Amino acid sequence: MATKDPMVNNAAGGTRADAPDNRPRNLFSNAARLLQSRWQSVITGIPFFWLLLFFLAPFFIVLKISLAESLIASPPFSNLLHWNENGFPSIKVTIDNFAYLWEDSLYIRTYVNSIQIALISTLICLLIGYPMAYAIVRTEGTARYILLLLVILPFWTSFLLRVYAWMGLLADQGTLNSFLIWLGVIEKPIRLLYSQFAVYVGIVYSYLPFMILPLYANMEKLDTSLQEAAADLGAKPVTGFFTITLPLTAPGILAGSLLVFIPATGEFVIPDLLGGGNVLMIGRVLYSEFNANHDWPVASAVAIALLIVLVLPMMLYHRVQASEAERQKS
Amino acid sequence: MKPGRSRFLLGVLCFGFAFLYVPIILMMVYSFNYSKLVPVWGGFSTRWYTTLLESEEVWAAAALSLKIALLNATFATLLGTLAGIALARIHRFRARTLFTGMISAPLVMPEVITGLSLLLLFITLNQQIGWPAQRGISTITIAHITFSMAYVAIIIQSRLAGTAQDLEEAALDLGAKPFRVLWDITLPQLTPGMAAGWLLAFTLSLDDLVIASFVSGPGATTLPMLIYSRIRLGLRPDINALATLIILTVTIGVLIAGWLMIRQQRANQQATH
Repeated sequence: MATKDPMVNNAAGGTRADAPDNRPRNLFSNAARLLQSRWQSVITGIPFFWLLLFFLAPFFIVLKISLAESLIASPPFSNLLHWNENGFPSIKVTIDNFAYLWEDSLYIRTYVNSIQIALISTLICLLIGYPMAYAIVRTEGTARYILLLLVILPFWTSFLLRVYAWMGLLADQGTLNSFLIWLGVIEKPIRLLYSQFAVYVGIVYSYLPFMILPLYANMEKLDTSLQEAAADLGAKPVTGFFTITLPLTAPGILAGSLLVFIPATGEFVIPDLLGGGNVLMIGRVLYSEFNANHDWPVASAVAIALLIVLVLPMMLYHRVQASEAERQKS
Repeated sequence: MKPGRSRFLLGVLCFGFAFLYVPIILMMVYSFNYSKLVPVWGGFSTRWYTTLLESEEVWAAAALSLKIALLNATFATLLGTLAGIALARIHRFRARTLFTGMISAPLVMPEVITGLSLLLLFITLNQQIGWPAQRGISTITIAHITFSMAYVAIIIQSRLAGTAQDLEEAALDLGAKPFRVLWDITLPQLTPGMAAGWLLAFTLSLDDLVIASFVSGPGATTLPMLIYSRIRLGLRPDINALATLIILTVTIGVLIAGWLMIRQQRANQQATH
């Protein structure tokens, strides 16, 4: 498509009478003028179309199937659109799948449990991540970049393998149990793997960098003169922290917490590998509803219900992200 | 700073980094364990590495994963760069809110939802237009591009927001054509961001298990899918060996990139002083 565009010939040295730079200047800002051309539609159009097709459209399909009836057929769900004998279309939807989720206490418990695990894990991440981010910001020179690199490094290495590493630590004959027996704290192995505890450890461990990095980015730009002024004026460190540092780092806390909470709620790998069958989490239920039970309409309804739970935190995250971008511009 | 406080912070750092690194290091140590029972030490051995490297299944899965990661990184960087420029430089266009929403949502969307919805899309498309005829490398790549381009877009956007528009404006005032400005001024500023985005997209793709498991078809097993199918039933010494190899490769790559970053940072500091 690019070769057909006259702008290419233009840039390659040709001249054109109706080049866009003779437009009235004060009408457009300079930045807008840069892309005030058909390049603008190419630049936005291609990624926009891709996301419409592969990100937005799939959700409507999930929504559609969640309103269909489950059938033993291929595909295993009913058509919503019917043509009756007069040639008129009629739409037949059912909310049975959602009613099923609502009536079966197992699903409700699973949702509540997922949110609870995600919330508590987020809090633990914050309690560990906040002082770590603070300590890294306070480190001077090259050491700071090395510490930052050490936080980012696990983020680049395989998520699955890091969860697997905890299987070795928490197993009945694993390192942690052997260590505790050696210390004399316990006499025989205690159940660590395949428990709620293991899921907490796994989530905190996997998502800690997601908490530290936004906090670090926020604290790095913090003006320390305010804290110094408070100390000079006689404020105790605790007072200074709660009245100045904490409110100023609130955007970082919010961004980090959302980056941990949202994906943790729908987590599949961690409850599956570390929780075994003992921990109810919604991501795992969705996966098995689809892959083991082949109940597509119920799996779709589970997904829609999960989205409804997460839509508020997601919108909040979007706003945090947008205001951050706005601040960078100014 | 008071010594008590700095000692507290030092303690926090030690604890935090021990928490992050001890599990990985122990996993690597046990890859050299002779014993078949992973947590029981039976002497030093490299036999699991031999087992691993002789396994055709592992090689095939690694090759498929690398192929997908390369395709994904390249296309995601192209699409993500366009999206990033759109976000940072084009402020008013129709459906901008929808666009920014679609860029930031994949970053936090639970993988099970992305995976399920894309699989249902591919199945619907197959029924309506006959494409994709079968699921495998192409569907996994499309799924990976969709979520990794969002990461690239965010990197590019923040990079563009950080650079001044003075040069672009000056060039425009001097009569340069918009395309020329984009090509000669905006793009060179973006190269480091695009490189970082490419690397991130590459590793995101290598790492993904959940979405690939949903959209893959029979016969296409990526490396994470292979690892997952083996460790579901418990610890496996050959997986410890595989994990060690993967983590060492990635670590070396990241350390080199980090070293270059620090050097650049220093050069910038010297230039400004």
